[in-house]
Amino acid sequence: MEIQKVAIAGTLESSDAQVTVEPLHSGIELSLESSVMNQYGRQIKATILDTLSQLEVKNAKVIVVDKGALECTLKARIQCAVYRSCDASEKNIPWGGGIR
Amino acid sequence: MLNAVNRDIPEELLKDGKEVYQGKNYMDGKYFKKDSPKTKRYVKPQETKICESIREACKKCGAHDGMTFSFHTEFRDGDYVASMVAKVLIEEMGLKDINVAATSLGTAQDIFADYMEQGKIIGAQTSGVRGRIGETISAGKLSTPAIIRSHGGRPRAVEAGEVHIDIAFLAAASSDCCGNASGINGKSNFGSMGFGIHDAHYADHTVIITDTLVDFPNSPASVSMIDVDCVCVVDRIGNVDKINTKEARLTDNPRELMMADNVAKVIASTPYFKEGFSFQTGVGGPSLAVNRFLEEHMIERNITMSFALGGTSTPICQLYDKGLVKHLMDTQDYDQGAASHIFKNENHHEVDLSTYANPANKGAYVNMLDFVVLSALEVDTSFNVNVITGSDGVLRGAPGGHPDAAAGSKCCIIVTPLTRGRMATVCDDVVTVTTPGDCVDVLVTDYGTAVNPLRQDLIQCLDDAGIKHVTIEELRDKAYSLVGVPDKLEWEDQVVAIVEARDGTILDVVRKVKPLQLD
Repeated sequence: MEIQKVAIAGTLESSDAQVTVEPLHSGIELSLESSVMNQYGRQIKATILDTLSQLEVKNAKVIVVDKGALECTLKARIQCAVYRSCDASEKNIPWGGGIR
Repeated sequence: MLNAVNRDIPEELLKDGKEVYQGKNYMDGKYFKKDSPKTKRYVKPQETKICESIREACKKCGAHDGMTFSFHTEFRDGDYVASMVAKVLIEEMGLKDINVAATSLGTAQDIFADYMEQGKIIGAQTSGVRGRIGETISAGKLSTPAIIRSHGGRPRAVEAGEVHIDIAFLAAASSDCCGNASGINGKSNFGSMGFGIHDAHYADHTVIITDTLVDFPNSPASVSMIDVDCVCVVDRIGNVDKINTKEARLTDNPRELMMADNVAKVIASTPYFKEGFSFQTGVGGPSLAVNRFLEEHMIERNITMSFALGGTSTPICQLYDKGLVKHLMDTQDYDQGAASHIFKNENHHEVDLSTYANPANKGAYVNMLDFVVLSALEVDTSFNVNVITGSDGVLRGAPGGHPDAAAGSKCCIIVTPLTRGRMATVCDDVVTVTTPGDCVDVLVTDYGTAVNPLRQDLIQCLDDAGIKHVTIEELRDKAYSLVGVPDKLEWEDQVVAIVEARDGTILDVVRKVKPLQLD
C-alpha cells in the first residue's frame, strides 16, 4: 500500500502504542520509543517491519511510541494507521488478507 | 563468587568480613558485638531543648562533612522532614559527602536526586527506592553503591555498626520541649512511629522535628527525651493524605479481588489456620484485600487471630474491632483509620523495626508468624522474588519487610497478576533477587496458583481442599505466551546497588543498565 497522507492510530495509555505514518519518497524510516525497549526493543522493531511488509508498504516514515503494548495491539495500531493514511479504514477491510 | 541463589557477587565487594548469601539460617547462633552511640551528657538541667531552627540543631549536634543522617518514612510520599533537613545540611550549611540512612526513599525526597547528581549526597542505605532517586542511583550517580536492606536488616546493620548514624532527624506528630515524641496528638498524625524508634537508641544525636508542641510531659511517648538532643518546631512535618499512596490502596478491581479470594482459600486449607493463628499482609492491592476474605473463613471456623503484624490499615483494624484479632503489632499506619486506631485501643501496639523483624536479635515478631501475604514485581521458577528493580533493570521498589516476613513465617504467599502490561511477572530469572526462593511457599496469580516443590506438605493441603494448582513453569509459559519471551537485559560493569540479605550477607547486586540501541 502507498502512504498518501499523515495518519495516526493508538494512544499513549499504558499497554497501548501510538503509531504515526507519513509519506516518504523511498524506503522505510523508523523511529521507535518504548517503555519496554530493553527487553522487547528488537521484537517490537521486527513486528513493525513485518506488519508493514505484509501490507506491502515500501515507502514510509513510521513513528512508534510504545507504552508496553502486546504484539497484537501493536500490529492492530500499525495496520489502522496505514489504512487511515490511504482512506481505506472505513469499509472493505481485508480481514484475513492484508490484516492477519 | 556464586551465592546460594546463583547470583555472581563481585570479589571486590567481599572484603572486611562481607560474605555471600549462604541460606536463610546461615548466621544462626553466631555472636556479634553491638555498636553503641557516642552520646553527649546533659548533666546540668535544661529548661528546654527547643532550637530556633533546624540549622541551630544541626550545629549543636555537630553536623559535619561526610556525616550520615537518618529519618523515618512513616509519611511515605507525604514526608516533608527529610527534604527539609537535607536542604539545611547541603544548601544552608554547605556540607558535602553526605550519607543517607533511610527506611525508604521515594518521591517525597526527589530533591535528593539533585544532590546525588551534584555529588553532595554520596551514599544511600535504604529499604526502598522509588521515583527520581531510583533512576539517579541506577544511572550510577553515587560514588559508592547504594545498599538495600530489609526492614529487619536495617536495625541489624545499625546494631552491628555497619551503618553508624551521626544524627537521626525524626518527624513527630507531637513533642514536648524535652523531646518526648509521639505519632499522635498533633495536627499531622501518622500513628505508629515504629520506623523511627530504633534510630533514637543508636544514633549519636537525635533531633525531634514536630509541628505540634504540647505541654510537658507528652506521655506516653514513642521516643523518650532520654535519647533526644534537640527539638525543632516547623509549620508542617508532612501531608497525611499522601500516606495512602497507590501502593497502599484498597482495590475494587475484580481481578485482584479474585486473587485475594484465592489466597484466603489457600490459607484456610493449611493446618496453621486454627485458633490463635497470626498473619501479615503487604501493601499491594490484592494482598491488602485478603483481609476482607479472611474474615468469612474465620467466622465459619469460629476462630480468632492472635496477632496481626506489620504495616496496619483500616481493614485489619475492623477485624480487631469485631473481636476477630487479639493484638495488632503495628510498625506503620497506611491510612488515617489505622493511625487513629493505635493508642486508643488497648491491644493495638506500636513496635519498632528491630522488634518486628531483626534477624540478629533474640527473637523478632516475624519468627512467630503463621502467614504472610506479599506482592512481587517478579517471581522466577525457583520462587525467588524481586521487589526492587523493574523488568527494565531500574531501581523502583521496596523490599521493606518482605524478606523478613517471608523467612520468619510458616507459610509465605505471594500474590501478583501474571503480567503487568508487557511485563511477565513470572519469569525464568528475576532481574534482582530480594527474597530468596527457599522463603517463598505459594504463588497466587490471576491465571493459577503454584506451590514451591519444597513444600510437599502444602501441596497435600491444597489437594485435600480441592484447590487447583499448577507448576510455576506452567505459569511462566502462560505469561510468555501472552507477552513474548523478553530479551536478556544488558549491563555495564558498574555496580550501582548492593542488595543485602537480612542477615547482612550479599544476596545480589544491581548493575548499571546498558540501554538497548537498535541499529
